[in-house]
Formats: sequence, C-alpha cells, structure tokens
Amino acid sequence: MADDLHFKTLTELQSLLSSGDMSSVELTQALINRKEAVDPQVQAFNSLNTEGALAEAEAADQRRAAGEIKGPLDGIPIGLKDVISVKDRPLTCSSKMLEDFVSPYDATSTAKLKHAGAVLFGRLNMDEFAMGSSTENSAFKTTFNPWDLERVAGGSSGGSAAAVSAGSVPVSLGSDTGGSIRQPASFCGVVGMKPTYGRVSRFGLVAYASSLDQIGPFGRSVKDVASVLQAIAGHDPKDSTSIEQDVPDYSAAVASSKGPWKLGVPKEYFGEGLDPEVKESVQKAIDWYADQGCEIQEVSMPNMNLAVATYYIIATAEASSNLARFDGVRYTHRSKEIENAIDLYFKSRAEGFGDEVKLRIILGTYVLSSGYYDAYYLRAQKVRTLIRQDFMKAYEQVDALLTPTSPFVSFKAGEKNEDPLAMYLSDIYTISANLAGIPGLSLPCGLNSEGLPIGLQILGKPFGEADLLAIGNAYEEAHDHSNQHPKL
Amino acid sequence: MEYEVVIGLEVHVQVRTKSKIFTSVGVGFGQDPNTLTDPVVLGFPGALPVINREAVEKSVKVGMLLESTIPEITKWDRKNYFYPDSPKNYQISQFDQPICEGGKVEIELPGPSRNIMGEHMWVELTRAHLEEDVGKLNHFDSDSLVDYNRAGTPLLEIVTEPVLHTPDEAWAYLNALRNLMIYGDISDCDMEKGQMRCDANISIRPVGQKELGVKVEIKNMNSISGVRNGLAYEIQRQIQTAKAGGAIHQETRGWDAAKNVSYHMRFKEESHDYRYFPDPDLMPVRIDDAWRERVEGTIPERPFDRQRRYYEDYDLPFTVTSVLIPDPELCAFFEEAAEASGEAQQSANWIVNNLLGELGNAGLTLADSKVTPAHIAELVGLIKEGAISKNIAKEQIFGDMFENGNMPAAIVEAKGLKQSNDTGELEPVCQEVIDANPGPVAEIQGGNDKAINFLKGQVMKATRGKANPSLVDQVLKELIDKKG
Repeated sequence: MADDLHFKTLTELQSLLSSGDMSSVELTQALINRKEAVDPQVQAFNSLNTEGALAEAEAADQRRAAGEIKGPLDGIPIGLKDVISVKDRPLTCSSKMLEDFVSPYDATSTAKLKHAGAVLFGRLNMDEFAMGSSTENSAFKTTFNPWDLERVAGGSSGGSAAAVSAGSVPVSLGSDTGGSIRQPASFCGVVGMKPTYGRVSRFGLVAYASSLDQIGPFGRSVKDVASVLQAIAGHDPKDSTSIEQDVPDYSAAVASSKGPWKLGVPKEYFGEGLDPEVKESVQKAIDWYADQGCEIQEVSMPNMNLAVATYYIIATAEASSNLARFDGVRYTHRSKEIENAIDLYFKSRAEGFGDEVKLRIILGTYVLSSGYYDAYYLRAQKVRTLIRQDFMKAYEQVDALLTPTSPFVSFKAGEKNEDPLAMYLSDIYTISANLAGIPGLSLPCGLNSEGLPIGLQILGKPFGEADLLAIGNAYEEAHDHSNQHPKL
Repeated sequence: MEYEVVIGLEVHVQVRTKSKIFTSVGVGFGQDPNTLTDPVVLGFPGALPVINREAVEKSVKVGMLLESTIPEITKWDRKNYFYPDSPKNYQISQFDQPICEGGKVEIELPGPSRNIMGEHMWVELTRAHLEEDVGKLNHFDSDSLVDYNRAGTPLLEIVTEPVLHTPDEAWAYLNALRNLMIYGDISDCDMEKGQMRCDANISIRPVGQKELGVKVEIKNMNSISGVRNGLAYEIQRQIQTAKAGGAIHQETRGWDAAKNVSYHMRFKEESHDYRYFPDPDLMPVRIDDAWRERVEGTIPERPFDRQRRYYEDYDLPFTVTSVLIPDPELCAFFEEAAEASGEAQQSANWIVNNLLGELGNAGLTLADSKVTPAHIAELVGLIKEGAISKNIAKEQIFGDMFENGNMPAAIVEAKGLKQSNDTGELEPVCQEVIDANPGPVAEIQGGNDKAINFLKGQVMKATRGKANPSLVDQVLKELIDKKG
C-alpha cells in the first residue's frame, strides 16, 4: 500500500487513518521514503528531521488509539516553507545569512498546526527571503519542477509546491507576497491559496514585505487546502494586522455551496504577453462555469498596468527595513574578516545576502530616501488604493474573478535569470491581489501541449475564502486535472 | 556686539509601565544583561510588535499634564539607521502623527536668593512622541558587548520650541518637567539611571536679528545641573568664536562633565537620512472620548497649582513650599497632618524642619519614617492646647517619636512631661526666682522688658521645662508689679 500513498489527497489519507488501515507512522515513513527517492532530483526540501517527524507520528497514533484525536489534521504530515518559525528548528529562509539559525519560538501557524496534531514534515526550499519567482534565488539549491526536471517550480514557495506535486508530502504551507503561493502552485499543477491579508497570523513568518505577506496552504485538492486553512486561520493577538473576524467552516462551505455564481472576467488579464495555450485553457474553464449557469461578466481593472511597478516600490521599501536586522551582530552570518564595526555590517551583509536580495534592498532604500519618498513610496501607496478600489468596484457586480494565475507555464531553469523584468512579469496576474489584500486561489485547469500544468486563478472578496473554495471545488470535481500527477 | 541665545530642548523620558512597549517582557534597571528580552525585543526573524496600551495611556496622560493637543489618531513609523544597540536596525517611533501636539510647561526661574521665589514663565512645546528605547553598548579593550535589557522600554521624546534663552531657564524647565512626570506617576526622571535624558539645540544671533543662528546640538549631559553647565559653556564658546570672527559649524557636540568642556562628535553632513515610513506591522491607534475622559480623571493637581494653593489656603511661605512641592508623597503627608491637626503652618514646620532633618541625618526616606501624619497632628495639638511647650516637644518628644514610633501623648504621659498650667504651683517658684535675682528684677523695673527672659529661663529650669512659658511670663510680671 505504501507505494501508492504519495499521491493521495488529505481527505483520502484521513479516511485511511480513521479506518485503521494505515497508521501515521506508516504514512510518515512512506513519505520519508518517497522524499528520499525523488527529492535528489526535485530538491524541494532544505531539511527533514525524520526522527522528529516519526516521533510526532507515533504520538498521533497513540492519541488515535486512545480516542483522543485532535482533529482532521492529526497525524497528517505537512511541509513548511523555510520562512515559518518552528521552535528549536532551523529557519534558513534559503539564505546564507540564516544558514545556522535555529528559531527559539513557534510561529502562530506552526503552533496551530501542532495543536491540530499535524506532523511537521521538513522545511521547504524557496527563493532567498521569499524574493523571486522561480526558487532559483535560493542560496542552497534550485527546486525543479516535478513535471519537467529541467524547468523551475516557480516561486518563491517553489519547494512547498514541488514537494506536494512530487508526492513527498500531501499538504504544505507557503507564503505569498506577490504571487509566491499561487504562481508555483500553477507551475507545479497543485492547488494553492493566498488568504485575505489579516486572515492568517504573520507572527513567526520572516517578513519580506509586511503589508503584503500572507501565509497560505498548498494541497492536491481544493478540499485539502480548505482543511489546512481551517487550522491556521483566525485572529492572533501577537499580530496587530490580523483581523478579529470569525472563521467560517470552510469544508462545510465547500460541500454545501454549489452556485451558480456571478463571475467576472477582467479584460486586462487577457491581453498582450499571455501565452495562447494558457489563454485557451482558462477560457475553457470560464466556458465551463457559464455552462453551469454562472453569469459571466467582463469587468475592467483600469489600474492593473501599474501593479507591478507599485508592488516593486512598496515591497522593496518594506524589505529594505525588514532585512536591516540581519547585520552580523547577533544570530546571523558574521564575516570572519572583521576589523571594525563598519566591516561587521558591510562584510556580513555582502557575504550573507544573495544578489536578488541586495538588489531589492538597494531599490527599497532608494525609494524611501529623503527627496524620493513622495515621488515613489507615497505615490505607490496611492496607486495601491486605486487598485483596491478597482477590485471593490468589480465586486459590486460579481462574486469573484476568473483569470490565469501566470501568463505562461513553467520556464526552463536559467531562462529568465538575466532578465529581472521578464521574471517579474510572471507575477503580473497575482500581484494585484496582494496590493488589494484580497484572497486568491490557484488550481490546475489542464496541461499544455508539452504536458505542463496551467493554473486558473480565482480572486475573491475580502474574507471571501469560503466562496473561492466552493467555486474552485465545483470546477475541480467536474474535471480530472487534480488527479493528474507528474511521472517521477 | 550683543548676542541673544536661543535654546531648544529634546528630553527623553522613560514611561513607567509593567511591560515593554511592544511585547510582554518586563521593564527594569540593573538586572543581569540580556535577561529582559524575548524574540520581539531582540528583533528575531518573524517576531512582531504589539502596542502596549498602558504606554499609550500614560503618554496621553503626559500630554494632558503638558496641556498638549491629543489627536484622535496616532500612528507609528520606522526610523531606519544601523547601530548595534538597535536590535532591528530601525527604531519604532512617531514621525508625522505624534501622540501629543503642542503644549506648554510652567517653570520657576531661580529667585534672587534661595529663600525667595523666582519668576514664573511658560515654555512652549512642539510635540511629544512615543518610541522604543534602544539597548546599551559596553565597550571593552578589543570588544563591545550589547545589553538589550533597556531595548523596548517605552520612551517619550518631549520637544520644546526654540524659546529658551538661558541655562537657568533650561534648568528650571527640566525641574518643572521632572516634577510633572513625578506627579503623574510617569517616571522618577532619575537621569543617572537614564530615566530622563536631555539633548539641547543651541544657537546665538546678534540681538535684533530675526533668523536663527547656526544650530549646535549638545548630547551626553547626564544631570540637570550638567545641562546648565553644558549650556553655559557652549554659549561662551559660541560667543567667543563669533567675537573672534570665527564660524560656528552645524555640528553635534558631547558634554564632558568631568572636564567641564564640550567636544566635537560629528558634523551635520554625516547625519542620517532616517527614511521614515509608516510601520506596516502596527495599526494606528484611536484615542476615543471615553478613553480620554478616563485618563482625564487621573490627572493630578499640577505642582505649581499646589504651590499656589498652599500659599492661598495655608499661607505657607516659599521656604516651606519649595521643600514640599517637588515631593508629592511629602505633600500628601503634610496635607494629612494639616487636616488632622487643623494647624497647617505648624504641621508644615514640624515636617520640614524636624522630620526631614532627622530623616536626612539617619539616611532614611519618608517611606521609612515611623513618624506618621497622626504623630505630627497629635504633637501640634498638644502644643496648641498648652499641654507641652515647643521646647519639650523638640527636646524630649520628637526624638523618641522618631526612634520608636510612639505617639506623643503616650510619651508625655510616660515621661511625666505635662506642662504646668496651675498659677498656684507657679507662684512660689516665680517668687523664689525673683528673690534670688534682684539685679534683673531691677532692670525690669527700670524699663528693660527683655530682662524678663532671664527670669523665665530660671523658672523653666526649676520646673524642668514643664511650665507654660506664657503663664510664667504673666505670673512673673504680676509678682514684680506687686513688689514695685
């Protein structure tokens, strides 16, 4: 049985656990074996504490035997992007800067997963400090796409997407600042969701851009993603930007809500630069919704063309300040060539950060500088408001928006490294959701002619996660895309 | 040429709260290094700040004490600069929406002598903003170590307009500000413990010139008198430089209290671009009417208002109020004694002249005192009703009361010190004294009234002080008249 466990959904694994056909230890061991078999090629994991995972699985089995299971995630292995703190475990952010750092505390999401009985299964690779769209900016390794090992997994949560896609773990957490969950989910043919800003606590998530960052789940089905979101969502007094709003029962909403919905198609998402095969797949999905009786309406996002520029001002400004703490003084990499205090900063940071991180720190420092603040940062904040207004206006007419997740499918490793702008454009459809603070879901909507996954993005109203999941689930149940897996 | 001096002060006051400004770790001074820390204080990856509402509330209280405007919305900004005492390499501070806008502080200039009250005036404030304190660097031969215990202590920066003109005014402002902070239970403002710190901006300009001169900032003045000395030195330095035809540079200078000189630290060109921007980790805070009213209810009487009341209601002289007013606990002690005895002046005199003296000699504070307001009130009452003389109270009762905490009436009883008010008992004693001292008696009869004091002294001696002095006076006069 162990051999065919690795592509099962969370829901399937849950029923195997509760029927007693499989123990958590068996499942965990099977996944350790799978990871050992495929990860040398995929390179999704930064680390995996097998003993720790097996011990947690053992404890889950004992709880189950005693009839004290903690909930649907009890005994289920889950992978964490290496940017979310786990007490007494490494937290590298795929950076040399934190190569030897061990976090002294749990992120709120981690604490909630522990409380739910989940088995913490390894730390997943990413672009350094979540800056990138291909996981090629990791200081340690590039994560490859399980569908084509010459291609990238996307980013920045490439490890989290690839590990689920490759069958090494059923569900995982990533973080999404400009598309870092949805774009790799799309590239790797899995489901990924960025919740509304403030829905999931950021406490313990190493900040890239604080006003945009949000933790979210990856899974092999919309239902799986709903299950994980349920466990991590909710107000946290330790995060002032988390919002006091009740968390609905997502799984119940997915099961009960069947539409029809009013769905918007923003015309700006289907213009120049969109790959024709991606366009065709997404259009087919839109047509399917129409066939189910959904009212499809074209809407306009007039400020969408400003989103990428706005994002790279706000995100880099915040990053330049957030990453200042990595200075060689306390817990970070410290240069061995130090003569004085200035060396401590300059050399430790020069050695500890990779090129993309340096580029963004320099950009962010520039836009916040005296004399430039009004022209860049302040203006970007105003545009951000306009972008949010575009969405709010659309949501007066429709329940959700349907778009491609990325303008293209996964590209070859190295292909866009020399052209940051081309790389940045891979997030052109995802970035606006972060600027507006709204939730977004990416789910597979087919393979292209080369057999590479294409992602459909569904964007929703603030705190409209339940609707998004229901809309996505309806499509998923009627299609076979989520049952297609890479041939590893 | 005559020069006018213009001074503005930036004072940092640590706001006393149970926990740090952005996390639940406690605040303290003198603990082992790096024990008052957690992931938030140390700026660990992923840690987030949460505003301490007590720090906001106390800042609102300060704003009310300073008669500032408290805007409905206040927010936090990041001040970005690299320094090893700053855990995040940015300080969470307030840039364009401080918690207190404007305001004013009443000050009292030094009088012509210690016993005479000086002129009062008001010092206008620009603003006060709330921020987090940084850690402390300790330098050794080849290394420097950082102690982050202080980091994250709530700190209010209170900024004056450039309206001060002399070191005495600055000194008076700092004293007045400290008294306000003590009255408001905001801080003890002990500068040696870093609870209050002061930077000064100082410039000179020819009298009559409108534009301000080149500004020099002075740092590291670690006491209130240090500020006065530092400013006096800097004024002289600038005036001498100007008179010698030299240029005054925009710079930051440090004050060396031991050598009594200021020294160059850095020029303006080396100053930072702090790249302020709103902290995305913190939401703006709304200070609504209900909250405001609640704080308003905790505002104490201000020190100078109390001084005026003591003068108007009790006719207390400046020599007494100047001792009482800076210490609200002493004032409360006095008011309790005055209330209980109905004798404000006498109570104040006993407290200021006797109690504080004894406490000082014993190296104790009011909190250690065995003498309570009830002791003072009873003592004053015994004197008023003539049961004991002031001398007996001073010589034979107060010390006992201070040492042992016994009530004065009990001491009088136990020692048999009750004053004699019986004319019949006094007459024979007085007659004996008159008979034994014909010289002084003759002087009195010759019109020298003061000579009676000698006879009084003799009677007091014979009665071991228990005789009522005014009664002795009366009996002596009657007997001498009779004799006359």
